Amino acid sequence: MNELVPLPVLIPLIGAGLALAFARYPRAQRVISLVSLTTVLAIAVVLLVAVNDGPLVLDIGGWAAPVGITLVADRLSALMLAVSVTVTLAVLVYSLAQGAADGDQGAPLTIFHPTYLVLSAGVSNAFLAGDLFNLYVGFEILLVASFVLITLGGTRERVRAGTTYVVVSLLSSIIFLTAIALVYAATGTVNLAQLSGRLAEIDPGTQLVLQVMLLVAFGIKAAIFPLHAWLPDSYPTAPALVTAVFAGLLTKVGVYAIIRTQTLLFPTGRADDLLMVAALVTMVVGILGAVAQQDIKRMLSFTLVSHIGFMVWGIAMATDDGLSSAIYYVVHHITVQTALFLVAGLIERRGGTTSLARLGSLARLAPLLAILFFIPAMNLAGIPPMSGFLGKAGLIQAGVVDGGALSWALVAGSLLTSLLTLYAITKAWNQAFWQEAPEELPETSSSAGMVGATAGLVVLSLGLTVIAGPLYDYTDRAARDLRARSPYVDSVLVDGGRGTGQSRDVTEDADRQEDTGDIEDVEETEGSVP
Amino acid sequence: MIDTSPSLALVLLVGVLVGTGVYLLLERSLTRIVVGIALISNGVNVLFLIAGGRAGAPPIIGAAAPEDMSDPLPQAMILTAIVITLGMTAFLLAMAYRSWQLNGHDEVQDDLEDRRIARRAERNELPARSTDDAGTSLAEDAASVRDETASEDEHAPRGHHRPAMGADDGEALR
Repeated sequence: MNELVPLPVLIPLIGAGLALAFARYPRAQRVISLVSLTTVLAIAVVLLVAVNDGPLVLDIGGWAAPVGITLVADRLSALMLAVSVTVTLAVLVYSLAQGAADGDQGAPLTIFHPTYLVLSAGVSNAFLAGDLFNLYVGFEILLVASFVLITLGGTRERVRAGTTYVVVSLLSSIIFLTAIALVYAATGTVNLAQLSGRLAEIDPGTQLVLQVMLLVAFGIKAAIFPLHAWLPDSYPTAPALVTAVFAGLLTKVGVYAIIRTQTLLFPTGRADDLLMVAALVTMVVGILGAVAQQDIKRMLSFTLVSHIGFMVWGIAMATDDGLSSAIYYVVHHITVQTALFLVAGLIERRGGTTSLARLGSLARLAPLLAILFFIPAMNLAGIPPMSGFLGKAGLIQAGVVDGGALSWALVAGSLLTSLLTLYAITKAWNQAFWQEAPEELPETSSSAGMVGATAGLVVLSLGLTVIAGPLYDYTDRAARDLRARSPYVDSVLVDGGRGTGQSRDVTEDADRQEDTGDIEDVEETEGSVP
Repeated sequence: MIDTSPSLALVLLVGVLVGTGVYLLLERSLTRIVVGIALISNGVNVLFLIAGGRAGAPPIIGAAAPEDMSDPLPQAMILTAIVITLGMTAFLLAMAYRSWQLNGHDEVQDDLEDRRIARRAERNELPARSTDDAGTSLAEDAASVRDETASEDEHAPRGHHRPAMGADDGEALR
C-alpha cells in the first residue's frame, strides 16, 4: 500500500511529459490528461481508505526517514488530496467541454494540458511532502505551473495582473526558503517528524522567529490579511477555469501548510492569538471588499479572502473541535468556491461580461444557470441545511466552548461575515439574474459538458451535507491525530522515534550478513540489491 | 569535529546580497525586480551554506573520517534552489519582455482598484459608490483607466519610447 503514495505526484508529471510530446495532437492530449487525473483520483480514494490504519510512509530512494526524502500520507493529506484531485478533474472536464465548444482554435491550448497536469502534481507533492524542503519544491512546482496558467495568452491585462502575482509568489517562496535555511541551521534537519522533536529543544526566542517566518510565507500563499492584497487583483483577470482551480486549491495549500506548522512543528500555541486576530480581520476586511464590488469575479475573489479567515480561526483555536471544523470547512470551501468561479465563467459566456451593472434578465434567459449560481452561493453564505452552515456551526460551537474575549469577538465577527456574504451574494444574484438587462445580451451558448461539470461540483457540494456525519467523524479523527502528533511522528521515525537513517540496501545486507556471520563486504554488495 | 560557528565573511555576504536585492525589488521596473530576486535568492543560498557549518573534508566515505566531513545536505538543497531560481528568472525575463512588447515599458502598473480610487480622488468625487463602473468589463477598464506610469510618461518623459501599441493607455480618458 505504501507504494501508492508517490503516484499522485508521478502520474501527472509523466502525463505532462506525454502531453507535451503529443502537443500536435489535441485529442491525444485530452485523453492523457483525463486518464492521468482519473487514475490519480482512484489512487486518492484508495489512500483515503487506507490511512485509517495509520499514516502511509514511503522513503524515496530507500533511505530511512531522517536522512532520505519521505512522502507521508496521513488522514489530513489523504483528505486534501482526494478533494483537490476531484476538483481538478471537474475543472478539466469543464475545460475540455469549453475547448470542444470553441472549436479548439488557439495555440495556448497546447501548453494548457501539460501545465495543468504539472499544477496537479505540485499540489499533490505539497500535500504529501514529509520534509520542509520537499514542501518548498512542491510549492515551486505548482507556482511555476500557475505562473504559466495565469498569464495564458499573454494579453496586456493578464501580463499586468500576472506580474503582481508572480513577484508576490516569488517573495513568499524566498521567505519560505530563508526560513528553511534558518530551521536547518538551528536544528540540523528538515524532516517534519524529526523537527517536531528537535524544535522543542531549541531556544524559545529562536522558535518564535522560525514560526513567524513560516507563517508569513504560508500566509501570503493563503491570502491572510494583511498579506492578501495580491489575490483580488490577479485572480479575476485569468480565464474562468484557471481562476476556479486556483481559488479552490492554491490558497488551500497555504492553509494546509499552516495546519502542519501549527500542529506538528509548533504545538506550543504561541502564535495562536496572533492568528486569531489575523483571522478576524481577514474575515471582515475581505467581506467588506466583496460588498463594494461591481464585478462577479472580483466579488468572488474577495469572498475567497474572507472565508480563508474561517479556516485560520479553526486552526488558531488549537482544540480538536476547532481543527476538525477547520478541515471540514476547507473541504467545503474548495468545492463551493470552485463551483462559483465556474458558474461565473458560464455567466460570462452567456452574458458576455461579469460586470453586474451590465448583466440582467439571466433568470429568464438561462434558468439553469440561475439555479447553478444560487445553490453554491447560498452554501457559501451558510444557509442552514448546507455544508457551509455545518462548517460554520462547528467553528462557532468550538469558539463558544473555547470562551475568552477573542473567541467571542470571532464568533461575532463570523456571524457578521456570514450575513455580509449573504448580502453580497444576494445583491449579485438580484442584479445578474432578476433586474431588467440594461442592454440586449449577446446570444451565445455554453456546451452541455461545461454545465455538466459545474453541476457535478454543485451536486458534490450538496453531497457534503449528506455525508456530513461520516465526514465530521473523519475530520475529528484527523484533528485528534494532528494534535497528538504521535501517529505521524512514529510512522515516519520508526525505532524509538529517531529512525535508523540508513539505506535500505545497507540494512538488508547487514541483516543477511548477520545471519551468515560475515559483515566484511558491505560496500561491495551495495547497489546490487534492487 | 569541525567548527560549526559561521564565517563572518559569509554572513556579511548574505547581508549585502539580500540588502541590495530588497532595494531592487522595491523598484517598479520588472528588469530590476528580476535582478533583485536573483540577488536575494543567491543570498539565501549562501545562508544555506552557513547553515551547514564551516567547510570540512569532502563527504566521501573513505576519503575522510565522518566527523571531519562537511555537511552535504545544504549543498544538495542549494543546488535544487539554484535550478528553481534559474527557471523563475527565465520566466520573469520572458514576462518583462512581453510587457515591453505590449506597453513599451516593463514597469509594474498599479492595481485596477487603486487606480480607480486614485482617479476618483483626483476628480474630487465622493468616495461613496459612484458610477465608476458603469457597466464596463475589467478588460475595458484596464484599457481606459489612467495609470500612474502612463501619466508619468506624459508629464515628464524619462526616455521611454512608447510604441503605438501602448499609446491608447492614457489617451482614452481625455
